[in-house]
Amino acid sequence: MGEKTVTRADLCEAVYQTVGLSRTESADLVELVLSEVADCLEKGETVKLSSFGSFVVRAKGERIGRNPKTGEEVPIEPRRVLVFKPSAVLKQRINNGAADKTD
Amino acid sequence: MIKSELVQKIAQANPHLYQRHVELIVNTVLEEITQALSRGDRVELRGFGAFSVKNRPARTGRNPRTGAKVSVEQKFVPFFKTGKEMRERLNGGKL
Repeated sequence: MGEKTVTRADLCEAVYQTVGLSRTESADLVELVLSEVADCLEKGETVKLSSFGSFVVRAKGERIGRNPKTGEEVPIEPRRVLVFKPSAVLKQRINNGAADKTD
Repeated sequence: MIKSELVQKIAQANPHLYQRHVELIVNTVLEEITQALSRGDRVELRGFGAFSVKNRPARTGRNPRTGAKVSVEQKFVPFFKTGKEMRERLNGGKL
């Protein structure tokens, strides 16, 4: 599994092939999609993309952690984390695709 | 924000594009990620995050109500790891 890593360049190419805009404009639009999602999440808002999944920002409280090497206690500051919840459709498509590859 | 609102925002910033083209762009991006994950590939979007597929091996589970053993087949689950820049943006530049 995981032979290849797909990057922005592949997403741009797919948009270029499908939509018929120039490569430069396709790249700008892919970037815009990502930045709009990121801006929204930065504000703490949930982003729901139907049949794909949703991105949720969660607030974590302060807790006491430990440096595993020294055993020293260190406070872990309260922070916000991003969680991706895959939709049922995405989970199903991943399992259908993956089922073909497994022996 | 939901998908249609995302499409609207992008369309507003690009008045020369039809809304249905913007919809196609957003869907193509999501479709490309989905297809990559179904092949077992990783999707890395620097600054935003990375999607990967994790294998959950087959196991024997139990019906919590009856206690009966049930076999759970191997499955693959999508996983998202937040990118460094995104993590910093969520925390006002720290972390």
